[in-house]
Amino acid sequence: MTSRLAVEIAGIQMKNPVMVASGTFGFGREYSDLIDLHMLGAIVTKGTSLEPWVGNPPDRVAETPAGMLNAIGLQNDGVDRLISEKIPWLRRFDVPVIVNIVGKTVDEYAEVARRLEGVEGVAGVEVNISCPNVKEAGIAFGTDPAMAAKVVGAVRKATRLPVIPKLSPNVTDIAQMARVCVDAGADAISLINTLLGMAIDAETRVFKLANITGGLSGPAIKPVALRMVWEVAQAVDVPVIGIGGIMTAEDAIEFFLAGADAIQVGTANFVNPTAALDIIGGLDAYLDRHGFGHISEIVGAARSPVGKGKGD
Amino acid sequence: MSVSEPASRPPRRMKLPIIEHLEVAAHARELVLYAPELAQSSSPGQFVHVLCGSPAALDPLLRRPFSIHDADPTSGRVSLLYEIRGRGTGVLAGRLPGETLDVLGPLGQGFTLPESESQPLILTAGGIAVAPIYFLGRRIADTIGCRRTTFVIGARTQSLLVCLDKFSQLGQDVRLATDDGSAGYHGLASGLLEQCVEEMGAAKPLVYACGPMPMLKAVAEIAKAHGLKCQVSTEAKMACGIGACMSCVIEVRFGDSSRYVRCCKEGPAFDADEVIW
Repeated sequence: MTSRLAVEIAGIQMKNPVMVASGTFGFGREYSDLIDLHMLGAIVTKGTSLEPWVGNPPDRVAETPAGMLNAIGLQNDGVDRLISEKIPWLRRFDVPVIVNIVGKTVDEYAEVARRLEGVEGVAGVEVNISCPNVKEAGIAFGTDPAMAAKVVGAVRKATRLPVIPKLSPNVTDIAQMARVCVDAGADAISLINTLLGMAIDAETRVFKLANITGGLSGPAIKPVALRMVWEVAQAVDVPVIGIGGIMTAEDAIEFFLAGADAIQVGTANFVNPTAALDIIGGLDAYLDRHGFGHISEIVGAARSPVGKGKGD
Repeated sequence: MSVSEPASRPPRRMKLPIIEHLEVAAHARELVLYAPELAQSSSPGQFVHVLCGSPAALDPLLRRPFSIHDADPTSGRVSLLYEIRGRGTGVLAGRLPGETLDVLGPLGQGFTLPESESQPLILTAGGIAVAPIYFLGRRIADTIGCRRTTFVIGARTQSLLVCLDKFSQLGQDVRLATDDGSAGYHGLASGLLEQCVEEMGAAKPLVYACGPMPMLKAVAEIAKAHGLKCQVSTEAKMACGIGACMSCVIEVRFGDSSRYVRCCKEGPAFDADEVIW
């Protein structure tokens, strides 16, 4: 792949701006039989907490039109096992690893970040303040600007690693959330996490998720994500990582045009395990076809329609 | 531990030609793929994760897991047996021979096969779950040749009993149960299973089962009450199918407590006494 896709996001050098999103790619190993991991821009690992979390009861997932709801509840083995087992395995690949971190308190977030400081093979932390499926964690921090600032500030103090808060779309003013996080020390912003949703089986009259509500992802949320990325890109000066329903290179290009400096592929991994690689190839072809020298040339390059504005 | 289980091979993604697609009953289809590699590497109880529609389609979005119903290393044929249930299987039912299917597999841990030909067996299936039970029965017949195998096959009603001819061809004792009494034993497959166990007396059969979770629970209880070893193949709502997303969890014993493990990775086959029912 050519260097015209190479980017630096929050001080992390990436071969290309295509990462795989937290929670959709495990710890990389699960996909290693199906995809060349070293081709990826970065791997964002499954949300990791201080202690192991058991997660929610099943059913944890339900398909919806062009999307899916999940309520996994951040089941994970805790940061110590991440450091002793998962990260060492990933070191063999020439790919930056960003660890998605979660906590039930501000101190827990900070402690997870502190333990990751200096761990060989960890390039940065993505601060998950947006999981809708764990009541006492995640979204409680991601929908209140003051709480978001506290968490990001505490993580910032705990580590010299790049700090990337992942924003929840379940807010009225996403730009304000982004600004608050940047003021608290964020090096980049990633968005969006899932949209809070629900599904019910009409025949049995039973909620499809044991947790009743869950997070909606997939192509169904792409227009919402795109709009929010566009708003945030205009509101902050740090790099913006666009996430939400990206299935193809064309989807990814829309995010760059809206102002994203990089993107993450999530639900698409479940459908097409090589989706991220297909997108990388498609971005290269797009730059060729349109005569661009570097991916950064299309960032924020979307224009208003000409001659069809209001009043015409 | 097991006699003929092939060494677990990593899953692969394959574009496989459909060579036959048969209506085995109003509600059920058998889809035959030409897949020599998969036919070699699959063991009973494993599954494949299938993109039912066109690769670019956004709806239905996710792959669907299907138990491997038959795999013949000689002919390279791999067969899936499924019930038309929802949007995924509805779209799949429209796919034609000559088209190719995007398939991940083989996935998951299958059944552990019996160790000796003298081991009496009862293989139990409810509804469309005859799919993996037939593969298991055939593989045992071809490799170990257990002399006393009883198949207990249940369904809600006679029209939902499928593949009976295939089971008969295995030359073993095939017993039927229907909830409404329209064929065979009048009642649940688990009721017929208990009857078979009692008939066998001191023989202590090894029990294998696949079917809806309430049936598996009943089978597990019967096995426990009679001191029999039992393996079940479980089912769960799934997204990635390869162990990454933690969607398809099953609650299993873990010391004095329990934990959630992945149906797609640690399962779908489990020892029945390991599962928290």
